[in-house]
Amino acid sequence: MFVVAVIALFIAMVLVLIRLYWGPTLYDRVLAVNSFGTQTVLFIGVIGFLAGRPDFLDIALLYALINFVGTIVILKYFRYRAIGDVHQTPTEEETGK
Amino acid sequence: MRNIGVIIILFALWLLMSGIYTPMLIGLGLAASLFSLYIVRRMDAVDGARFSLQMSPIRYSGYIVWFMGEVVRANWAVTKIVLSPKMPIKQHLFLVPVTQKTELGKMLFANSITLTPGTITVRVKDDRFLVHALSFSQDDHAATADMDARVTACETEGGK
Amino acid sequence: MTVIETIVEILSWFFMVSGSIFVLIGAIGTLRFPDFWSRLHAVSITESAGMILLIIGMCLQAGPTLITVKLLLIGIFLFLTGPTSTHAVADAALVTGLRPPESEGLKAEKLDEDDNG
Repeated sequence: MFVVAVIALFIAMVLVLIRLYWGPTLYDRVLAVNSFGTQTVLFIGVIGFLAGRPDFLDIALLYALINFVGTIVILKYFRYRAIGDVHQTPTEEETGK
Repeated sequence: MRNIGVIIILFALWLLMSGIYTPMLIGLGLAASLFSLYIVRRMDAVDGARFSLQMSPIRYSGYIVWFMGEVVRANWAVTKIVLSPKMPIKQHLFLVPVTQKTELGKMLFANSITLTPGTITVRVKDDRFLVHALSFSQDDHAATADMDARVTACETEGGK
Repeated sequence: MTVIETIVEILSWFFMVSGSIFVLIGAIGTLRFPDFWSRLHAVSITESAGMILLIIGMCLQAGPTLITVKLLLIGIFLFLTGPTSTHAVADAALVTGLRPPESEGLKAEKLDEDDNG
């Protein structure tokens, strides 16, 4: 069962990587990276079960956190060209609150 | 008072995540909670936080059950579009009126719209959302209004 | 006892396999759909159905342990942040002027007015 899920997730990740390579616009690529991150979180979790090492779930949780913050930071950078303070007040979605 | 609450939450999270209860690890957890509190206070992030939950948890649980059925139905609809050879996409942007008074209610409504595949909240204004639909039909107005009423029903008094 | 174990096993099989299928469908949709705005919806299949079903399947497999708590934490976190990042991407795309090709229902000036907000 875990093998099925691992194979399906792996194929899905490859397909999303193709979209990441093709993606005509920047936002297609950001979307693909975000989707890839979600799939990676699930992939790490399932791999942990497959290997009998549930400690992998901690890594998956950490990856979920980093994935979310990373997406927001990329979008903020491309909008304001700065990661730290910006002169214009960012909206709530961009600060991630 | 609020600092103590933050420490208790962080420490409970540590205990939940670690699963190993030796004196050294519990001490480390306490130290980590205190350090996190120090950082958060330096960032001034604790100031305006309100702990009042403006939602009725029981009614929200009922909403979640209804919402899961909605997610299943929407997923099935989008799955059919993905797998059909012609892909009958009919995109549309439309405005949805919002009746929630609290920010938490608005957040839940926007999240619910986005989480059901086929509709995405693109822009949040004060009293209306700009929603993008994949296969638009006139039923979508009724469906979002229904969801809106259900989220509003979960709200309790105390909203501003 | 063994009957309950068998039922749990079958249920977790069902959830894991259907979750995998939904993740695959989401990826196929991401690849097949013609433009950015429709791809958003394909990605949200992976983030709602695929994620929820896979997490439930793993929870059933783990049983009532600390692992389930961690899985539920991951699930709740993804449940809250998945839509938020999708919304952030869509909003950023709208701000930079990427428009859906068939948005006849809303006039251009309406959208521009929304951009200033």
